[in-house]
Amino acid sequence: MTNTAKKWYEKAGNCGDVVCSTRVRLARNIKQFPFPSRATAKQREAVEQQVRDALLSGNSILSKEFRFLPLENASEEEAVSLVERHILSPEFISSRKGKAALISEDESISIMINEEDHLRIQVLREGLSLQEAAETADRIDTLLSESLDFAYDAEFGYLTQCPTNLGTGMRASVMLHLPALTESGAMPRISSNLSKLGLTMRGTYGEGSKIVGGLYQLSNQITLGLSEKEAIENLQSITVQLMEEERKARAQMSEDIAWQDKIDRAAGICKTARVLSSSEFMDLLSYIRFGISTGVLQGISTEELNTLMINTQPATLMAKAGKQLDQNERDVLRAQMVREFCKKIKE
Amino acid sequence: MLCQSCGKHPATTHIKTIVNGKLTEYHLCSECAQKEGHLHLYNSWNMDLGNLLGGFLGKAAPGVQVTRCPSCGASFEEISQSGKIGCAECYKTFRSQLVPMIQRIHGTTQHKGKVPGGSALRLTGGQSAMMPVQESPLEEKKRLLKQAVEQQDYETAAVLRDEIKEMESHD
Repeated sequence: MTNTAKKWYEKAGNCGDVVCSTRVRLARNIKQFPFPSRATAKQREAVEQQVRDALLSGNSILSKEFRFLPLENASEEEAVSLVERHILSPEFISSRKGKAALISEDESISIMINEEDHLRIQVLREGLSLQEAAETADRIDTLLSESLDFAYDAEFGYLTQCPTNLGTGMRASVMLHLPALTESGAMPRISSNLSKLGLTMRGTYGEGSKIVGGLYQLSNQITLGLSEKEAIENLQSITVQLMEEERKARAQMSEDIAWQDKIDRAAGICKTARVLSSSEFMDLLSYIRFGISTGVLQGISTEELNTLMINTQPATLMAKAGKQLDQNERDVLRAQMVREFCKKIKE
Repeated sequence: MLCQSCGKHPATTHIKTIVNGKLTEYHLCSECAQKEGHLHLYNSWNMDLGNLLGGFLGKAAPGVQVTRCPSCGASFEEISQSGKIGCAECYKTFRSQLVPMIQRIHGTTQHKGKVPGGSALRLTGGQSAMMPVQESPLEEKKRLLKQAVEQQDYETAAVLRDEIKEMESHD
């Protein structure tokens, strides 16, 4: 991670005012081995070797771009930091034995080995970029399928350990910043309507995670009976609708002096705070994002905010500092980084 | 185990998440999980399993030998309890039991989309126009056959019928 190439999350994408990032992941299993929870240590190792060979050996065009990370060799901070950057899932690092990941240089592509399924191919993109992310994942899957024999059934499609992923094995999601819709109390209504459309809304870190700082993850729920293309189009069209609603609500709210006050106060705290917890900062960040998108605040860009958000996450903070820090030390360091960065903000 | 939030009801939702840079696991009852926003698929899926388990085991006569997957050794009971299928072969071994469950989750059991080796988003006519591959070559032939019959083009239909036979015999 010492290279200087820009990471995917350090860029601002399409519709970055509302859509922070796009993710597409494919679940795949190798036919000859039992699924991870029934596989022996030897079989897991064999899976790891096969995937690694498929991607890295020979004249694979991708071989140069990926680094191999056996999770057992990773420190706790490094593993958690990878989760904070959305490269790995919390589930994946909960037990690190017999697990490994292949991660691309810009951290936009990762392949988790022996997660819930043998392979979880994941593509991350800044902003709204569903089509492109799906294409990339598709290409990697096709490349891997040249040497790996994936479990597939003519009726059920790609076979997965959990039947909720059967079919395409594809879960596509967008991370949305919806402070205005949250504040207006529209979210419960929206959430319940989404489930009727085969979509689901969750917290930032996927299944079971909390909603922090007005950030939501919207994803397709159904994987069987809908083609990849249909699922992506579905998600895209709902995302666009939500985005329009959010922008409308923001435009209305930003006229309101009470909101301008909240935004300016948030900027004020960020400029002056000496101790800043992660959760307090996430809430402040929500106001600052809101302020920038509506022009109430100026002087910084969304991609700078994205980078700051990742870099101030607890484990990433420690990984960057290169040492263990207790919560208080982290909160002080975070405040220092935020203060430095927010100097540029103009009200 | 009781719910860590209210301490009253049994914990049915188990959550792994990152809190303050540490991987944390916590256990909630369905009510508290819902309150804290950990809902959706997970709960309904657990419930589905519970229902299914009751339904199927209720019917099984006592003393009947348990069917196990010849490939990984999993029984349907183990699959129901864990919510995890053992291996690819399990989908064949326990097909009849799994179909209603899959139907309930997805509303269908027929896959539409990518087939291994193909591409989910095939390029058509250069440029960036994307087309999904929604049918296998076999399905395509079957569709063309139906079309040919409808159009009373029996010559083409006969050719297609033979090709389909040929393809199916390889399966």
